[in-house]
Amino acid sequence: MALELFLEGDPIADTKAPTDVPIGERWSERKFRGKLVNPANRRKMTIIVVGTGLAGGAAAATLAEAGYKVKSFWFQDSPRRAHSIAAQGGINAAKNYRNDGDSVHRLFYDTVKGGDFRSREDNVHRLAEISTQIIDQCVAQGVPFAREYGGLLDNRSFGGAQVSRTFYARGQTGQQLLIGAYQAFERQVAAGNIETHSRTEMLDLVVVDGKARGIVVRDLVTGEVTTHVADVVVLGTGGYSNVYYLSTNAKGSNTTAIWRAHKRGAYFANPCYTQIHPTCIPVSGDYQSKLTLMSESLRNDGRVWVPKERGDSRPPQDIPEDERDYYLERKYPAFGNLVPRDIASRQAKNVCDEGRGVGPGGLGVYLDFAEAIQRLGRKAVEAKYGNLFDMYARITGEDPYSAPMRIYPAVHYTMGGLWVDYDLQSTIPGLFVIGEANFSDHGANRLGASALMQGLSDGYFVLPNTITDYLSAGPFEKVPADHPAIVEAEAGVKAQVEKFLSINGTRTVASFHRELGRLVWDYCGMERTAEGLRKALDRIPELRKEFWTNVKVAGDAHTFNQNLEHAARVADFIELAELMCIDALHREESCGGHFRAESQTPEGEALRNDEEFAYVAAWGWTPEGEPPVLHREALEYEYVHLAQRSYK
Amino acid sequence: MQLTLRVWRQPSPQVKGKMANYHLTDVSEDMSFLEMLDVLNEQLILDGEDPIAFDHDCREGICGSCGLMINGIAHGPEQTTTCQLHMRSFSDGDTIDIEPWRSGGFPVVKDLVVDRSAFDRIISAGGFISAPTGTAPDAHATPVPKVDADAAFDAATCIGCGACVAACPNGSAMLFTAAKVTHLGLLPQGQPERDSRVVKMVAQQDAEDFGGCTNIGECSAVCPKGISMETISRLNHDLLGALRANAVPAS
Ligand SMILES: Cc1cc2nc3c(=O)[nH]c(=O)nc-3n(C[C@H](O)[C@H](O)[C@H](O)COP(=O)(O)OP(=O)(O)OC[C@H]3O[C@@H](n4cnc5c(N)ncnc54)[C@H](O)[C@@H]3O)c2cc1C
Ligand code: SF4
Ligand code: FES
Repeated sequence: MALELFLEGDPIADTKAPTDVPIGERWSERKFRGKLVNPANRRKMTIIVVGTGLAGGAAAATLAEAGYKVKSFWFQDSPRRAHSIAAQGGINAAKNYRNDGDSVHRLFYDTVKGGDFRSREDNVHRLAEISTQIIDQCVAQGVPFAREYGGLLDNRSFGGAQVSRTFYARGQTGQQLLIGAYQAFERQVAAGNIETHSRTEMLDLVVVDGKARGIVVRDLVTGEVTTHVADVVVLGTGGYSNVYYLSTNAKGSNTTAIWRAHKRGAYFANPCYTQIHPTCIPVSGDYQSKLTLMSESLRNDGRVWVPKERGDSRPPQDIPEDERDYYLERKYPAFGNLVPRDIASRQAKNVCDEGRGVGPGGLGVYLDFAEAIQRLGRKAVEAKYGNLFDMYARITGEDPYSAPMRIYPAVHYTMGGLWVDYDLQSTIPGLFVIGEANFSDHGANRLGASALMQGLSDGYFVLPNTITDYLSAGPFEKVPADHPAIVEAEAGVKAQVEKFLSINGTRTVASFHRELGRLVWDYCGMERTAEGLRKALDRIPELRKEFWTNVKVAGDAHTFNQNLEHAARVADFIELAELMCIDALHREESCGGHFRAESQTPEGEALRNDEEFAYVAAWGWTPEGEPPVLHREALEYEYVHLAQRSYK
Repeated sequence: MQLTLRVWRQPSPQVKGKMANYHLTDVSEDMSFLEMLDVLNEQLILDGEDPIAFDHDCREGICGSCGLMINGIAHGPEQTTTCQLHMRSFSDGDTIDIEPWRSGGFPVVKDLVVDRSAFDRIISAGGFISAPTGTAPDAHATPVPKVDADAAFDAATCIGCGACVAACPNGSAMLFTAAKVTHLGLLPQGQPERDSRVVKMVAQQDAEDFGGCTNIGECSAVCPKGISMETISRLNHDLLGALRANAVPAS
């Protein structure tokens, strides 16, 4: 191992989960042992919640209901537009309404296994326990989940599971869940319990005496930079897939909030664990600004195939059955088209690398509904997937009812994020992190329909119960507006804005973002090698240097300036990309979505190395030029046996 | 293809806006409308000009951020969102007019960006079911007939984009409000607050700078989610019922 890459720091551990009781009792026990805050005191305490996605929206609403003063921040024009709105397929819950053998334990087991044994058992078990309450909560709010003729809730199957436990609302589950949280949020706005800050971006964290006490924000309409203080700060700012430039995430999704908190001392865990989703619409040209997901639910009925022969350029309808390779069904007879995402993606890459890919550039595989249409009828297929088929037709100009869809993997989700303990508190006391922004529950690969579950679990049920233990020591001493920590942080933000506008170079922010994205996709994407990662690590610092000397940012600091917003986000992505590559290089094993070509089984599956790598890599920040510091959290498996994942 | 764009430029709410012309060559028909604007913006930046501000985020037709008047039609010639509109809907040599939503209820922030916070305030006034976290009974405690669930879902697909307001000659927000009233009013969970909800939401809508509804139907014709005019009949029916029953706003 090249030691100059990083420094070895002290190990780190979660100290909050009560491991002296059996796993099924730990969450209740934690709630019992944690201190509470009496209702009269809650009114005296202010909580900053950044983000209004499923995690932040649910948390803000619930904390406001509990009586705290909540200040909420987001960068879009309305809290309802957080990226969670785009989730399509569904949300898991161990309701066992199908009577198909599901249980909390099975959801727990599937999630730990799906994450390739790189997540914390205690957290995952709690998530599985809470999953059932989430569905109850959302139904009570009026979320219109799909129902059967008898009026009861319907379910579908998702990858990595052999039971039907996914609740859904057509192809718009995220939208409906988020609107539920948003309405609960707006109810608290009306009640005067939430102060709202729309089109406002957090650009720094204020840490006073070692505790998170506030945030520095920029009003995106007026450009004004101000500081808000509170007793505690919660980040629910989503994932960082856009480090790849092209991803299925919304254009505004970014790493800025968590990256800047990282630079203030919050450890960043497993940055290289990213999820490549197998079913997205392939890239069509250089102008491409984002990639569109075709929900995993399509794999319930769609069959994935490529021609058996390489270079077969016949239209799909003309290729006879026996000249098609349904490679997932062939290789994984038990799970077939429903293998987990990391496996489905890598297999698609493999067949394309073999020259059997379809469509422009050979970067695509077929997802075919002909058999489903024959079996169920076009109407039934339309009812289940109509909006997705329409979207496909709109984007590609092709009709998926008469010819198979072409799909290719795309970056979709980031399992890495700020390190948190069982209470969801980061390594900075008073800074809590929820939703996709933390690293917590999905290990090295997230199963479909589990992010919505985690976001709502964190926001509605976990955080509101764990934050009280921290707040029981509050309200904390007031932080004056002229406190040196505030003055310094505000000055830093303003200086950065001025710097961007003064460079006046020759390349656009977007051109840097595209180049960075290409680099990370090529070397820290679906397949990683030591050689490639080293190349990326040589190139990224150069790119960063060029960015800071040659970027051209339009407009000024005092008006609505989207180009300036983008510049700050790209600056952070560049720094994050370097840490991702260091993390990927140091982890010389394959696990889940992190596939190191050097570490595979003879059949080409990810080969873990539990002896050396059964830990969470929590990185501490050091100033530019110095290697980051690695803190390892050992992962222990008491309830699920460490085993090679098999979906055959 | 080659295009001429005539775009509304307005640096800030205080400054008067005007249309400006831009020429684009090499536009691919597979580009989305917003990608076409991205390409233009990169050129503008390199030329030292201010890029055109427009709202967007998901680019998948679901977040409701995007929304442009394209040749006088909200979201342009197809019944979809601006981000899902592709250049294959246009022809070589076309001139395309691009303007922001225009309505008293949606003041311009910059160029093509408007302030739609009035929609949030309408929801805040009553567009919810009061179900504090942790109080819910089992999800199967109350079955919901599939027809009701499906109809509620249809109304719930509103993305809050504001095209309905932009298209309405009166600048009315009725379709948006009616979609929410219908979604929640069709579900058993929404019954206890049904009367007060409609009264409060309509009162808030009237307090904003939106016009009145005279059942013209332009709203539904441009709505990317196809929210139906029936929701408005439903709202009127609920409102009358509530007023008869004397449902006075609680606060
Ligand atoms: C296309 C797509 C489909 C998906 N489908 C599914 C699915 O079917 N099932 C599933 O379980 N998961 C799915 N996922 C994943 C899931 O949607 C996300 O992981 C989840 O919604 C993230 O929620 P969140 O609350 O953590 O963050 P987000 O919803 O991303 O919210 C982030 C919030 O933070 C705010 N914010 C960010 N940075 C700042 C800043 N610096 N200052 C101020 N505010 C800031 C934003 O304004 C926003 O309000 C899907 C993801 C994608 C991309
Ligand atoms: S009713 Fe239709 S047009 Fe109006 S805001 Fe909702 S989705 Fe947009
Ligand atoms: S950008 Fe989200 S709907 Fe168009």
